[in-house]
Amino acid sequence: MDRHDPPCTTTDEITDLALRIRIGSLQTIANAGLGHVGGDFSVSDILAVLYGGILRVDPSDPQWPDRDRFIMSKGHAAASLYTALALRGFLPESELATFAGPHSRLGGHPDRSKTPGVETNTGPLGHGLPVGVGMAIGARMKGATWRTYVIVGDGEMQEGSNWEAIMYAAHRGLDNLTLLVDRNRLQQGAGTEETNALDPLDAKLRAFGWDTTVLDGHDVGTLWDVLRQPVIPGTPRAIVAETVKGKGVSFMEGLAAWHHRVPTDEQVDQAIAELTGARS
Amino acid sequence: MSGASTAAGYDCRVAFADTLIALARADDRIVAVCNDSVGSSNLGGFREEFPERLINVGIAEQNMVGVAAGLANAGFIPFVSAASPFLTGRAMEQIKADIVYSGANVKLCGQSPGVSYGELGPTHHSIEDLAWMRALDNLPIVVPADPEQTRAAVLWAAAFDGPVFMRIGRHRVRSVSDGRDPAWTPGRAEVLLEGDDITIVAVGTMVEVALAAAEHLGRAGVHARVLNMASIHPLDRDAIIESARITGGIVTVEEAVPRGGLGGAVAELLAVEHPTRMRLLGTHAFAPTGNVDFLFEHFSLTPEGVARAAQDLMAAT
Ligand SMILES: Cc1ncc(C[n+]2csc(CCOP(=O)(O)OP(=O)(O)O)c2C)c(N)n1
Ligand SMILES: [Mg+2]
Repeated sequence: MDRHDPPCTTTDEITDLALRIRIGSLQTIANAGLGHVGGDFSVSDILAVLYGGILRVDPSDPQWPDRDRFIMSKGHAAASLYTALALRGFLPESELATFAGPHSRLGGHPDRSKTPGVETNTGPLGHGLPVGVGMAIGARMKGATWRTYVIVGDGEMQEGSNWEAIMYAAHRGLDNLTLLVDRNRLQQGAGTEETNALDPLDAKLRAFGWDTTVLDGHDVGTLWDVLRQPVIPGTPRAIVAETVKGKGVSFMEGLAAWHHRVPTDEQVDQAIAELTGARS
Repeated sequence: MSGASTAAGYDCRVAFADTLIALARADDRIVAVCNDSVGSSNLGGFREEFPERLINVGIAEQNMVGVAAGLANAGFIPFVSAASPFLTGRAMEQIKADIVYSGANVKLCGQSPGVSYGELGPTHHSIEDLAWMRALDNLPIVVPADPEQTRAAVLWAAAFDGPVFMRIGRHRVRSVSDGRDPAWTPGRAEVLLEGDDITIVAVGTMVEVALAAAEHLGRAGVHARVLNMASIHPLDRDAIIESARITGGIVTVEEAVPRGGLGGAVAELLAVEHPTRMRLLGTHAFAPTGNVDFLFEHFSLTPEGVARAAQDLMAAT
């Protein structure tokens, strides 16, 4: 094992990491008085699998040229990304308390000029995947073996830029690119299906030429397995991770209102009790 | 300091939404078009009353603006209502080609402009929108300073046959409308304060900051003239040139990049018509992390900061 290898070796360790990402995001948001907890919790297990079990990166050298590239295209889930980066060693955990504060390196959306481990600035939706396609083409052109992973929100998939990128990635046969859709079925104000329906999302991705798997986005073992399977040569990979917005906290799960609501102190206590209770 | 974001005052988005509903009751051509922004654009009431006249395309701003152009073609009067950074930045070419160049009767309403998204950072700040929109040929640009002016501008925009861009502020602002003509007149500035030492030209949230700066200056014996330039295009050329003649120096203040914005507009006019020493105040650069009040301090968009710039300019002339 070299220092670039991901730190977790068992599903249990990844599950623990996911719990720490949720608790860290929750405290970060409560402390700052802003954030997007619903989308942080739907994506926490995916982040744990990536940072715990997949990504080859180097916290001591964030610009290591052969690192795997990861883009959190749904940049509003910044608190969970920062927590994952801190737990992977890119930032001191104590720095999470500065989130959104004056001159903080940890702004409301990820900024590569400020935060080590962030590859590109996100926040406006529909930007990450085109950038990821460029990274994957770049790796090809250099003969490099690193891989590119992009997480998008499902509402974010309504942006046309994603479909332009999806089309071109297949055209270029980018089997070094993986798209993970956080399919929590909610966007900012309402459900995705009542706003601008995405279903059948898997069929659409397949029709565009992607190797597509639909799985439970909270089942870290399955997600980890699928991500470690060999790719189909010449085919980009998409994973539609079916998730629950606010996952793990009874009063948040599946509610659009928790897109960016900030929990009170009592709600933080209750949420932590539920999250840790479910784990133990 | 009395930051424009402080709790007292009114949210122009409420005036915008109420006026739009009143218009829609009287005219069934009025429709609202948005991008998963029913909440942030305060369109909940509109949706309740006119569910079939609220077209929420989802998170797809280019489509949103194109759809609005098509609705205008079909005889509707679309008010596109979305966070200003995504409306203007994301759909810029649709705005240029489908709306302005095509002369579509669409009202582009940029919500929560400037740095009103505070900590959410430069991707969510809309400080470039005034410059971008000003670059488009003959597009009326409206930046109301308070709820009354917002209401008047929305009523005018609905009646005006052609594209309009308007900024709808999210900060709570005080009314600055004492004695104002209740109707919106494009190309007319308001002289809110007479003075002959220095002129401060402001828009939107910065109007009340300019008035507070004038108070500071008054205590130092400086008589500032304050203009509310809510119509950035067309510009009130006469009011600007007259102010330059009376006071010499002019300070412009906006919650936007002055390059190409209000500052640029005033400077372009004066450079040609009446060269005048100026200070162009605004949010010059991508902001650091911080909340709205912090950012106003950071960019010196405070009564003290504006007063300092005015005194600095007077000392230099
Ligand atoms: C281009 C753009 N339009 C609008 C927004 C405002 N916005 C922020 S988050 C969000 C909803 C995102 O929904 P989804 O992608 O499903 O994310 P999740 O459910 O995981 O939070 C919206 C509309 C934005 N950030 N960028
Ligand atoms: Mg979603």
